[in-house]
Amino acid sequence: MSNKTSNVASQVMWNRLISVVEEQAQALVRTAFSTSVREAGDLSAGVYDTAGRMLAQAVTGTPGHVNAMADAVPHFIRRVGAENILEGDVYITNDPWEGTGHLHDITVVTPSFFQSNLVGFFACTAHIVDIGGRGFGADANSVYEEGLYIPIMKLVEQGKIDSTLIKIIRGNVREPDQLVGDIHALSTCNEIGHRRLIDMMGEFNLQSLDGIAAFILDNSRRATLERINALTPQQASGEMRIDGYSNPIDLKVNLVFEKDRILCDFEGTSGLDKKGINVPLVYTKAYACYALKCAIAPEIPNNTASLAPFEITAPENSIVNAVHPAPVALRHVIGHMIPDTVYDALDKMLPGKVPAEGAGCLCNFQVSLRPRTDDITDSADIAARDVAVRSEVLTFNSGGSGARPTQDGMSATAFPSGVMTMPIEATEHVGPVIIWRKELRPDSGGTGKYRGGLGQYMEVGAVEGHEFDFQAMFDRVDHPARGRQGGGDGAATEIRQDDKTPMQGKGKQFVPHGRRVVLSFPGGAGYGLASQRDPALVRRDLARGYISVKSCIQDYGFTQADVDAVLDAVKRGDEIL
Amino acid sequence: MLRQSYPKPHVGENDDGEIVMSNPSVRLGVDIGGTFTDVVMEVGSDQYSTKVLTTYSAPEAAIVDGLRQVCIKAGIRPTAVGQIIHGTTLATNALIERRGAKTALITTCGFRDVIEMRTESRFEQYDLNLTLPEPLLPRQQRFTVTERISARGEVLIELDTDEVDTLINVIAEGGYESVAIGLIHSYLNDQHECAVRDVINAKLPNVMVSISSEVSPQMREYERFNTVVANAYIKPLMKSYLSRLQGVLKKEGVNCPIFLMHSGGGIISIDSAAEFPVRLVESGPAGGAVFAANIASRYALDKVLSFDMGGTTAKICLIKNQTPKTSRVFEVARTYRFKKGSGMPISIPVIDMVEIGAGGGSLASVDAMRQIRVGPHSAGSEPGPACYGRGGDKPAVTDADLVLGKLDGNNFAGGSITLYADEATRALENVLGKTLDMDAQTAAYGLVEVVDENMANAARVHAVENGEDLSEYTMIAFGGAAPLHASRLCEKLGVERLLVPPGAGVGSAIGFLRAPFSFEANRSHYMRLSNFNGQLVSELLAELSSEATVFVRSCDTDATIRCEYKAYMRYSGQGWEIPVPLSDQQAIAPDGGVYQSLFEAEYASLFGRVVEGMDIEITVWAVNATTPTQVENTIALAVADGNVLTSESRMVFDSALGGNRNASVIHRNDLKTGQVLGGPAVISEDETTIIIPQSRQAMRQVDGCIDITVQLGETR
Repeated sequence: MSNKTSNVASQVMWNRLISVVEEQAQALVRTAFSTSVREAGDLSAGVYDTAGRMLAQAVTGTPGHVNAMADAVPHFIRRVGAENILEGDVYITNDPWEGTGHLHDITVVTPSFFQSNLVGFFACTAHIVDIGGRGFGADANSVYEEGLYIPIMKLVEQGKIDSTLIKIIRGNVREPDQLVGDIHALSTCNEIGHRRLIDMMGEFNLQSLDGIAAFILDNSRRATLERINALTPQQASGEMRIDGYSNPIDLKVNLVFEKDRILCDFEGTSGLDKKGINVPLVYTKAYACYALKCAIAPEIPNNTASLAPFEITAPENSIVNAVHPAPVALRHVIGHMIPDTVYDALDKMLPGKVPAEGAGCLCNFQVSLRPRTDDITDSADIAARDVAVRSEVLTFNSGGSGARPTQDGMSATAFPSGVMTMPIEATEHVGPVIIWRKELRPDSGGTGKYRGGLGQYMEVGAVEGHEFDFQAMFDRVDHPARGRQGGGDGAATEIRQDDKTPMQGKGKQFVPHGRRVVLSFPGGAGYGLASQRDPALVRRDLARGYISVKSCIQDYGFTQADVDAVLDAVKRGDEIL
Repeated sequence: MLRQSYPKPHVGENDDGEIVMSNPSVRLGVDIGGTFTDVVMEVGSDQYSTKVLTTYSAPEAAIVDGLRQVCIKAGIRPTAVGQIIHGTTLATNALIERRGAKTALITTCGFRDVIEMRTESRFEQYDLNLTLPEPLLPRQQRFTVTERISARGEVLIELDTDEVDTLINVIAEGGYESVAIGLIHSYLNDQHECAVRDVINAKLPNVMVSISSEVSPQMREYERFNTVVANAYIKPLMKSYLSRLQGVLKKEGVNCPIFLMHSGGGIISIDSAAEFPVRLVESGPAGGAVFAANIASRYALDKVLSFDMGGTTAKICLIKNQTPKTSRVFEVARTYRFKKGSGMPISIPVIDMVEIGAGGGSLASVDAMRQIRVGPHSAGSEPGPACYGRGGDKPAVTDADLVLGKLDGNNFAGGSITLYADEATRALENVLGKTLDMDAQTAAYGLVEVVDENMANAARVHAVENGEDLSEYTMIAFGGAAPLHASRLCEKLGVERLLVPPGAGVGSAIGFLRAPFSFEANRSHYMRLSNFNGQLVSELLAELSSEATVFVRSCDTDATIRCEYKAYMRYSGQGWEIPVPLSDQQAIAPDGGVYQSLFEAEYASLFGRVVEGMDIEITVWAVNATTPTQVENTIALAVADGNVLTSESRMVFDSALGGNRNASVIHRNDLKTGQVLGGPAVISEDETTIIIPQSRQAMRQVDGCIDITVQLGETR
């Protein structure tokens, strides 16, 4: 083949490798048991060359694995030892520092052999339901309490599964069948990738991936550097204060554009928290890098070369570079706030590019239901209690995202995480929980020329005969999303019981029989001055009830007559905008 | 060829009061597409077809035009038409273009925004300026009532009838034409939905009502509510269109019954279609899959991959045992590069296919990594690809096909459109060649390889998702652009045999004439195998089968009706159900142990293994009532009868070999049954061109299909 035609073949192979990892990820979504994988897309899959350089990665629901996955395979090669990498092997770990940030992520790596030669690796990661210890929450004081730790090791050696390891895992977790099912799903998904790779190598008559690896990495590096070198060299700092667990946390970042690289350092950020919301550096890297890529090089696929020019650092034992044995189970609560922090700096360097602050971390909660334990005498109550069951229900929900420089924020839509919520009808089949309300929260989007996305209301109770513990994992109770360029702040998180009993934004809290938890999730902040908002958009927002009459008059300067005109049109069923 | 029984003669009156009798052997298939309305008339075993431009303002006008044309070709009067089967993109287009009725939604208090909040996710991770699709109904058109059904189907809160009365006044004052009712857990208990509907029917008789427990009785509120809203939204439009259509056809003297193709690959009565118009969405592509399934039955092929490539998209569908694979939810009106999540979900029985933005008009560009990207933007018909010479300056797939010699610029569309190779060359050089340092031919090669790879990847992913190995499959290709690309796809996928049937340009409309009467009823009912209730299952399935049978019976009063049963099952804790077919016996006398082994067998074939120790649950039950599909007599394969002699040849680029080869050229009509044509070769016809690369050879079968197989001495 001439150079020209081999360029065409290389283009086809790059396409193919991206399709292979997407397929690998899809296989995992369909076979995994963990709700976080199948509903939320909290998983990742990638293909690597023999040096452990990532060549392609599936675009999945979470950016949290972006760099972690790129770094993981070299750790495996180093720990296992090149001489011990054999055909038929499968490796495993859940090391938060060499994997993807907490014990609840299992990473499985499989070497790929073609004609008895090692040609590359496949890796995938999934967030699993339970890993023992205290359960998924922020309550541990060290990683030892957070569950079973699996160092990088062989799960399968030359086709033979390590049954001792499986026994240890089974003996240490709450849902052994599910977890072992998930581990099998992970190795199956690597196997699917491997088979497709071998087909491709046969089709293109390749002996190794060296040529295609160089093609992918060279083009990606060049494209990324073109973007970075188009920026004016400069630096700026950014910061954001958030709730934390017991004390507020300051996230600080210093961003530097240089030739061929962008430096992003978290010097000045708060130290470790006593509870499990600390973040290993791999996870900080992932979210910082994700934020920068979205703004600077969104369409360049993730691989070792396209990620390398983004250099992310943080002082050891700051909350964004927690080292062993800090507790890290809920590292996402802080991790999801990193992009907004980075954008505070980036906005000073690239004005008009990044959104205002949003809800940030997901508004997830877990409900642990059980038969009521209060004193009852009524026979109907006793009958209801006697058929009550124990059950764990986890839900994923989103607040509003920040307004963009030329568009409103997205309502009840996650950023930076890309998870999906579960249908409430499905949730109510999982356990005896009742979701009484799940709808948009008017007036929660920050005002502005472009309005912040709306948060949402939820109301959660239990089926008759049950009481429950409510595990809250919320932020932005005391520190709502801040507006940009004169835009208003988003509404804060609110949490209480329906009889007004106050509740905390984080931690496990008891809810007695008959009570409901009333939640108001935060809105995104606004962008630009409210006085500059297009009146047609204000009319639309009023008609739809995104904003109240009061906000329409006070924030956007409408007269009562303006308001009445809109409301009359709504009554007549007229189209508005 | 064996046909299903013909419809009975139909006696009616024309406008002059003259008694006319239709001829049951005259059947008309009509497919309204985005650009063309295809009309196919079958008279016995003879076929007459035409394509006329779709008339958007009054779609029935194009049908009348087409009807007259085929009647002239066939030499018969419209009064002789015995049956019309119709499919249309009108429903889909109304959803895409938001041209529906003024519609209100009534839902459970606390859930006003379900159709706006969607899945709360972003379908594109890296785009900070993402625009989410707007819901069909803005928030002020969504109303709530106090009521609540539990996950066990029990009433937690009684319906507040005073609120309903107030709401009726609001709906009347707002001048709504159509109302959708979607309440939480109504698929388990429809009493509140029915109660609200009855009040509206009584007080506002002119308002059309759709209820979610009838339109799509499935768990998952977002999908169900969106489906009932879509149904309500297009109902007035479709009802009025269908009644106008009956009117104009009657004027033409056509008095026969009219049936509609539905998305699940069967046909329903015009009344059912008017009541559940959302089931008409994607009926055209469904017809294409039925067309391919029919060819599969003629050739006794159990594993077929249908490949339909037109001007803007390519559609790929798996057909096993001559039955297209079906699904119960799909996404319509994708707004962002055909990306999953950028449209709206519709949960109705549908033929499962992947659609990607790859067609003859798809445009190419170079991205930041200096990679060629093709689609999903299309040149459309105006200005069209650069080679049309109508001002298009970006290279399209058709431009690359022309430059590579696959198309003959002087003989495109039967010579009706001249293609200009110099314009194609210029566009390829300007947009791709300059950046990538490639000449026009290499750029064209790159473009075609990328689009072929995109389609091959879509087919591979679809096959893997279904646990299938494509190397065991035969491809059936139709649509204007498919035969140009099908052989290369076969090379890439390891598919050894390809059939290009005659009439490929109007495949969907022919498919309509091959479809059975069918209706699928389904319902969510959650059950764990550890808590299996056989009696309840048999009652549920019996109820669903009688519900489905009523619809089919309304189309055909005496045909045999067969019921196909399915349970959607998964391991407890998983989010993805797989359909498990049940035999009649397993539906009538259900046994948990049998269901478990059926599920495990399906699961293992999809994912390679079963999971020990996990409970299994069933979420959705489905019964498809259908008249028998037309079983074709297997044709006798032609015996190879020597190579055809060709007098013409031209240089054609062979992508697998990466260079030009001198290819024989022949017109399809000049290839006689049994004659063999070895690649590289080109078979031309008015509607398309079939490319045979060096790795393949072609033979004409007795029914006119071009049968393309691996050439001896070639490895793939």
